[in-house]
Amino acid sequence: MSTLEIRDLHVSVETKEGAKPILRGVDLTINSGETHAIMGPNGSGKSTLASALAGHPKYEVTSGTVTLDGEDVLQMSVDERARAGLFLAMQYPVEVPGVSVANFLRTAKTAIAGEAPALRTWGREVKQAMEHLRIDPAFAERSVNEGFSGGEKKRHEILQMELFAPRFAILDETDSGLDVDALRIVSEGVNRAKANTDVGVLLITHYTRILRYIKPDFVHVFVDGAIAEEGGPELAERLEEEGYDRFLTAATA
Amino acid sequence: MSTTTDHSRAVADGAHSHSAGHGVVPVGSRAERLTSFDLADIPVPTGREEEWRFSPVARLQPLFSEDLGAAGVRTTVVPAPEVKVEIVGRDDARLGTTGKPGDRTAVTAWNAFREATVVTVPAEAVASDVTSVRVEGIAKDATALHLLVHAERHSEAVVVIDHLGDATLDETVEIVVDDGAHLTLVTVQDWADGAVHASSHRARLGRDAKLKHVLVTFGGDVVRVTPDATFTGEGGEVEMVGLYFADADQHQEHRLFVDHAVPRCKSRVTYKGALQGAGAHTVWVGDVLIQAKAEGTDTYELNRNLVLTDGARADSVPNLEIETGEIAGAGHASATGRFDDEQLFYLMARGIPEVDARRLVVRGFFAELIEEIGVDSVEERLLASIEAELEKSMSVITGVATREVDA
Repeated sequence: MSTLEIRDLHVSVETKEGAKPILRGVDLTINSGETHAIMGPNGSGKSTLASALAGHPKYEVTSGTVTLDGEDVLQMSVDERARAGLFLAMQYPVEVPGVSVANFLRTAKTAIAGEAPALRTWGREVKQAMEHLRIDPAFAERSVNEGFSGGEKKRHEILQMELFAPRFAILDETDSGLDVDALRIVSEGVNRAKANTDVGVLLITHYTRILRYIKPDFVHVFVDGAIAEEGGPELAERLEEEGYDRFLTAATA
Repeated sequence: MSTTTDHSRAVADGAHSHSAGHGVVPVGSRAERLTSFDLADIPVPTGREEEWRFSPVARLQPLFSEDLGAAGVRTTVVPAPEVKVEIVGRDDARLGTTGKPGDRTAVTAWNAFREATVVTVPAEAVASDVTSVRVEGIAKDATALHLLVHAERHSEAVVVIDHLGDATLDETVEIVVDDGAHLTLVTVQDWADGAVHASSHRARLGRDAKLKHVLVTFGGDVVRVTPDATFTGEGGEVEMVGLYFADADQHQEHRLFVDHAVPRCKSRVTYKGALQGAGAHTVWVGDVLIQAKAEGTDTYELNRNLVLTDGARADSVPNLEIETGEIAGAGHASATGRFDDEQLFYLMARGIPEVDARRLVVRGFFAELIEEIGVDSVEERLLASIEAELEKSMSVITGVATREVDA
């Protein structure tokens, strides 16, 4: 069993006007097999948490700690974090022209696993995972994310989550921009990964609808860079009915 | 008819120029540019002329001289079995048919050579192998070299000209592609660090002739190549593909000119370059002229530059002159961009170390272009050369010359 522990995390983002504080003391503990939903209004800092955990250079951790089974994540480079078992499904996956999906997947898998995957089984594994996510096999030869639709990009992110088998996956608004069919396909992929690998999931979302497909064990409401309220799945249902108004009033009061 | 202009101008610290600038008054039309076989007509440039304004003329000075020798390079030709090779005197009637020199180095090269190497692909012959021309620098004396590659009617061949070693070379490559012939001509500038090289490629295409002109520049101190192509019969097609990689203090300049002088010909120009290190400078100028009588012309040219580190500068100047409205298509695109940190982050977030991630991105940048070359041995060499170039920038990033992972 693994534990990802976030303690009193403060993060600033680089802007033209200088560093702007976004996260103001986040505390969160995620264990293997658990699914934590982070919900909150736009601009509350949800995606900043995701990017900071992955080590995006635009975000500066000004205080606090993040540890993975006691190891200091903040001391690790971006690639070291991924090899340590963190995975970020990005909100806006980046196009990499001229690098085929097949080459990319194999290169990343090799880096994460520390050795090249066995040729025969790997090919089968990729093919099957693509089938499950209804990704056309022709995508293997296309450039990473280039010309992909929004839904195709998100499915490609979840494909990686399934193939790389991380210890913890952070899904940054994976549901945004998906129609119902795509949302279901993507959610099934996440649930398969959970069933197969006991991955801990940090599910960042603005809406509650993805929680009908991926059941959270814990729900945290993010407001103004910190967790304002925590609870079980029932908190999500309450948010569905009430929206975030209650928190916004509290934050400005 | 369609005319497109796509000036995507991603700029790295203003290191991008477009069309005229620098207070220079360009010649009104490329057609009006003076060309001549006579030295007296084309004087030594000052560096302020339109065609020299980007060039380090001081470093090119030895090639402006009238006194160029022949001893600086050794030329070896290994022809395909069907291909003929001759050494001829400068009075051979086959020389000088592809147009007159258009700048100082071209005119000094023309006037200095005593003997020329002529590579002929006989009519209807289909070469079963690559013909290799190896130009090796053996001394630093300023040297003139003249080559003629002649694909006679309905022949097919691949000719690779390879430049290596250290030299101060002023070169002319005449390319004649007769009616219905298909020629692929590859020129590789893989010089040692100190080489200074100017080269005028002048191609003439007959009716339904096809020329694939592939240019690759990696090495040298200064390399300046000016490929010209002129159509003389309808149905001609020229594809110009270029790939270059400039390191610190290297100057690599490629100035192309495609002259659509007759109707219904097609040209495609695709040049891509990467730059790394302080003082790395690349220049790409693509002139395309569609003359009034060249109805049904179809042309497109593209230049992309990838700036990998600070202190490098890429100039990119597409010029399209259209003198008739009756064309099939004409367009150009030019863009210079920095290395994309978001791409790097994406790859590294998948566990791929920075060194390998950068390598993937740069390889990806060149990948499509390399596939277009269509000559396996050249493609493989290119990939290896790109790897070697990347090793240099990786050692800057990591502080060591060795590779990090996948050992």
